[in-house]
Amino acid sequence: MAAVQDAPVEADNEKEIKTETLNDAAGNHASAAGGVIPSPPVASTSSSGPAKAGGPGSEEQQTLMAVLQFLKKNNFVGAVDVLRREAGILEDSDESQGQELAASALGGAEAGDATCTLSRASSCTTSTPAVAAAPAKGARCAVVCVSAGGEDQPDVNVVLSAYSQQGDPALYQGYYSGLKKFVESVLDCHRAELSQLFYPLFVHMYLELVYNNHETEAKAFFEKFSGDQECYYQDDLRVLSGLTKKEHMKGNETLLDFRTSKFVLRISRDSYQLLKRHLQERQNNQIWNIIQEHLYIDIFDGMPRSKSQIDSMSGSLAGEAKREANKAKVFYGLLKEPEIDVPLDDEDEEGENEEGKPKKKKPKKDSMGSKSKKQDPNAPQQNRIPLPELKDSDKLDKIMYMKEATKRIRLGPESLPSICFYTFLNAYQGLTAVDFTDDSSLIAGGFADSTVRVWSVTPKKLRSVKSAADLNLIDKESDDVLERIMDEKSASESKILYGHSGPVYGVSFSPDRNYLLSCSEDGTVRLWSLQTFTCLVGYKGHNYPVWDTQFSPYGYYFISGGHDRVARLWATDHYQPLRMFAGHLADITCTQFHPNSNYVATGSADRTVRLWDILNGNCVRIFTGHKGPIHSLAFSPNGKYLASGATDGRVLLWDIGHGLMIGELKGHTDTVYSLKFSRDGEILASGSMDNTVRLWDSIKAFDDIETDDFTAATGHIHLPENSQELLLGTYMTKSTPVIHLHFTRRNLLLAAGAYNP
Amino acid sequence: MRVCRGGAAAMADREERRFAEVPRESIRLMAESAGVELSDDVAALLTEDVCYRLREATQNSSQFMRHAKRRKLTVEDFNRALRWSNVEAVCGYGAQDTLPFRPIKEGDLFFVEDREVNLVELALATNIPKGCAETMVRVQVSYLDGKGNLEPQGTVPSAVQTLSDDLLKYYQQITRSILGEDPHLMKVALLDLQSNSKIAALLPYFVYVISGVKSVSHDLEQLNRLLHMVKSLVQNPYLYLGSYVRSLVSSVMYCILEPLAASINPLNDHWTLRDYAALLLSHIFWTHGDLVSGLYHQILLSLQKVLSDPVRPLCSHYGAVVGLHALGWKAVERVLYPHLPAYWANLQAVLDDYSVSNAQVKADGHKVYGAILVAVERLLKMKALSLSVNAEGGIGGLPRPGGIMGCRESSPGLSPPPEPLSEPGLGIASHLHAGGAGCPWEDWTPVPLPAMYCELYSFFGDSLAVRFSTGPSLGNSPPAPLAQPPTTRKELPGGTANLDTARKMPQLTANLNISPRQDGSPHGELTAPSMVSGRSLARSSSSSSVQRSRSSSSRPGQRPSGLSRDVFPKARFNPLPAGPPIFSFVIGGRQMGRRCQGRRFQTTFTPSQPLSAVSSRTYAHKLPVIGRVGKPVRRWTCSQYSLHLPL
Repeated sequence: MAAVQDAPVEADNEKEIKTETLNDAAGNHASAAGGVIPSPPVASTSSSGPAKAGGPGSEEQQTLMAVLQFLKKNNFVGAVDVLRREAGILEDSDESQGQELAASALGGAEAGDATCTLSRASSCTTSTPAVAAAPAKGARCAVVCVSAGGEDQPDVNVVLSAYSQQGDPALYQGYYSGLKKFVESVLDCHRAELSQLFYPLFVHMYLELVYNNHETEAKAFFEKFSGDQECYYQDDLRVLSGLTKKEHMKGNETLLDFRTSKFVLRISRDSYQLLKRHLQERQNNQIWNIIQEHLYIDIFDGMPRSKSQIDSMSGSLAGEAKREANKAKVFYGLLKEPEIDVPLDDEDEEGENEEGKPKKKKPKKDSMGSKSKKQDPNAPQQNRIPLPELKDSDKLDKIMYMKEATKRIRLGPESLPSICFYTFLNAYQGLTAVDFTDDSSLIAGGFADSTVRVWSVTPKKLRSVKSAADLNLIDKESDDVLERIMDEKSASESKILYGHSGPVYGVSFSPDRNYLLSCSEDGTVRLWSLQTFTCLVGYKGHNYPVWDTQFSPYGYYFISGGHDRVARLWATDHYQPLRMFAGHLADITCTQFHPNSNYVATGSADRTVRLWDILNGNCVRIFTGHKGPIHSLAFSPNGKYLASGATDGRVLLWDIGHGLMIGELKGHTDTVYSLKFSRDGEILASGSMDNTVRLWDSIKAFDDIETDDFTAATGHIHLPENSQELLLGTYMTKSTPVIHLHFTRRNLLLAAGAYNP
Repeated sequence: MRVCRGGAAAMADREERRFAEVPRESIRLMAESAGVELSDDVAALLTEDVCYRLREATQNSSQFMRHAKRRKLTVEDFNRALRWSNVEAVCGYGAQDTLPFRPIKEGDLFFVEDREVNLVELALATNIPKGCAETMVRVQVSYLDGKGNLEPQGTVPSAVQTLSDDLLKYYQQITRSILGEDPHLMKVALLDLQSNSKIAALLPYFVYVISGVKSVSHDLEQLNRLLHMVKSLVQNPYLYLGSYVRSLVSSVMYCILEPLAASINPLNDHWTLRDYAALLLSHIFWTHGDLVSGLYHQILLSLQKVLSDPVRPLCSHYGAVVGLHALGWKAVERVLYPHLPAYWANLQAVLDDYSVSNAQVKADGHKVYGAILVAVERLLKMKALSLSVNAEGGIGGLPRPGGIMGCRESSPGLSPPPEPLSEPGLGIASHLHAGGAGCPWEDWTPVPLPAMYCELYSFFGDSLAVRFSTGPSLGNSPPAPLAQPPTTRKELPGGTANLDTARKMPQLTANLNISPRQDGSPHGELTAPSMVSGRSLARSSSSSSVQRSRSSSSRPGQRPSGLSRDVFPKARFNPLPAGPPIFSFVIGGRQMGRRCQGRRFQTTFTPSQPLSAVSSRTYAHKLPVIGRVGKPVRRWTCSQYSLHLPL
């Protein structure tokens, strides 16, 4: 993960570059070995290069402080914590220093270590966060180390000073057009690959001009070349164009994203050699510097990629994912279902008539059959993540589920599901989020007026538990005590939950239907009891709006993500997060648990999807290819595939095991706010702002992809243009954006949205 | 801020810029209003910064819009963005309605008009604004099996849009007035619907409206109105109903057979509705039955299915019985009569349960009892009539299609289509015997009248006898009952003798207006029983037989000939001259043979034993006792459930 390519940065002259470039390739391989090589941190600058040899200590210290400052400023509390602790641990091991970070890391002897630490820590915040790896305990004692000094001096400015190098501003246009000319002159097969350079170079050159107060030159530069950029960078360009002063750069998130991360490009070795030769011949230092400092070129052996291949993978804020970022093994298999040997009680048998009897036998047998199956080789260890034990009620529910499952309709292109639409009427308060329980008995809506409303969609009314005083009067020995504790007077079709102080952007039912989670603009995630219809816990951790939250399929854990770009893993009985997943460069817009509860996927406004391992907090997959913020995610029921939908109206399909994009579903004309696979995974339903539900043939989408070893190794897939074949149906609503989809246990499709006259 | 926004707009208008910008003058003005004098340089710098911050805030606010899943950026979104960047929010622009934007010429300034609100006036205003309706969730099956109309839901169907404006208006007016509150309007609309010759294009939509019966099963009034609409359409001579008959019939059948939500409340008079619907059904069938082949069979089949399903609520059974009755005596003979033994046991169980909890079911049971009684009564009479006709025509002793045909042809002012006439005659058995649970359809042969009478008598006892015995006493009957079989002869007096001891049927319904005056043939001038009259008629009375006889007596002009269809007291025994030779032994043969499946107890009767009045009395009384009491009762409670479950 350590930016190995930075190793030669110190070298100023081209000669050095020449000799060192050979290392690049080796570096790519060596990088897997981890950041053993002490390398300068991301934030280091070439201007500071020469000085480094002399006195590295203070330099490092300052950068470290700057990073800390930056983290603090952006409320990456977790990252700050970890960074501090990591540094603290070092000092502990040294045993000669106190706990105070400020006082440490000054000695020349520790410089190397500190550097190493820094590079690790900074990589956390940039691409591969290994944050929160420590086993989570309820209370995490915050290490307060930097208290005095360093509040003011090292600032983001220091980081920004990367741009302080001076080139002749008048020449920038020349540099850029020179490169452009060169790229246009190369063979066709290389042109597409080298064209990838344009956008990051353009942005960095523009920012350099702005940073060095060459406003007019910057504007002219922008005018001249912004038209050349790919259309899917339009949004970013719009932000950039408004930014013409150095002062504006402070606190601008997009800019910081560019600064704190390296733009990743995948280029074949041949194309890279061409580029290098060209730059060396022209002695084009300026561009070379930018490439060295701000770009990460992932070189691969083999055929250069075609334009369409590149386009399908690019579009994210920080370029494509590094290949090794997707190499980690992912246990995508499903967990073995726990054995349920609860005798089928006769209670409901009475309710059913004679027919009910034979039916009952079948599911039992089926469940036995599935139990005897061997564990999926791709599944994680059963106890890899400690899961809550099944309660009796859970077992009953499982049995119900199996029973229902036998009545499930098999879907396919020939037999499409029926669609029921739940329309929210009179939702003047603005419906922002919807969730169904798994058994489709309850529906919850989050509203912009800070309320959460729960409806029962069955004739069974919602009842809350009696008050404590009344509960005392109940005969606790009686058989129907569970019935007696309910307050009949409170029965109603819907309940309103008050507690948030901002729009509720996400709601999620617990699998056992006892709890409801909601997250809101007010920065909290709240846990509600569906027995008492009161708020149980307010989880405070996000300091900014929380965009989405999601219960684990096994309950107990939940994930939340929001504007602070950090996804947090919580357990319902801990008021602080167990894990923090940092790495996204922009807001986390949606979250989703893997069916085996060992992973979570997060979609972000940086146009990437990341998959995180709950066990160690590592980011195990980065999926790039979306051209807009991602607003919906769905795992296939077998855990193998992931679907993601974005504001660009496209749905992308990913193979988790191989870390590949395997499909692109075009059809929607507006943001895809909801995705769901059918219970058996044959159909993917997508709901969008364009007032349609579309059904896709997911089996065909998965089968059509041939994954030979080569594509698996390089990740360069050739996507067939088959959206139209895969589209099984388009279903319109009556001016009602579809914001949630749910397949019942029998494969009836439920959709929900607010009527929007 | 306001000025700034105005300025931004002005600037955007003036030159094609990528972004709205605030002019320097605006900044300076704002500074002045705050009491600060700005130099040019400062103003310029400040201007740029303000523009940038505005853009930044706008970009941030779009995030809130996206997550609220809206397309429209609201003031609230912008305020949130401001708040999160630690800037004071802008208040006072949250209203939904658009704000008027005004220019001031001299200052080249634009501003939002902000009227003063008189709080006192607002507080004392009498027209307090209503709170907005409650948020709710409504579900609707939008697409069944992935299939559905691909046009946007809820819009006017494209076909309607192609209709001329006039038709569309007519359609709206008619539906509105029929389903609306005003009874006069409704009458006018129905009349027009009945006579308008230019509404063929609207037929599908009216049929569609009528098919809405399923969604208003809780509202008797609406159901009635829809049925009236059916009647008007059916009676419109200019309309060719075509295959829409099927849809209309299914809507009507729904009203006849379904356990309507309105039936839950015993105060609701859904019986009248069922009667009326049954009448309507027969009317549709006799006038338009030729349009859809096999309609008769389908109707009979579904009626039979309901009748043979003990889990169905009694009101459904009632519907089936009146439906059969309305379809003519042949239908009764074919479906109801063979089914009666099996059904009787269940009904008896209900009627014999005197527990309080059973009261409602029992009341319903009496309704069914009354309906059956009326049906079989007419069956007997018409059979007798047809026999006499046949005898006169020299066709033979058995009722045959020809017999009915003759009967039909005699009906005035109507030319019933030929197909349905032949179908009811012969086609039923093959069609029905698959679904004929418990009834030996396979070897169905018409049961001779006397045998039928005896069996029915065994069920109904005096109630039936009373009806027939009153006939002759009403006088002016010809000397027909000359050759009545001795057994029947014997019974009848016995029955009348036992009148006082006969089981009390206080709830007995004999609903006159459901029986077409003419067997098997439709009323040429189907009098639409207004809801009021229907209700009064439907009221059950213990003196139903009296009522019946009164109505018969009110027809003084009875013709003695067997062809006359309207004189049942006289006609009923007309055929008997032809009957006697085959009579007495048939009783025994029937009871021993084919018809005994569901009634083992019958074997206790020796075949040769003549059915004495006494024995039949005890038999009728014993019915519930014989081994079936327990089960049927339980089943009936079940059926009581079944009324509530689907609703």
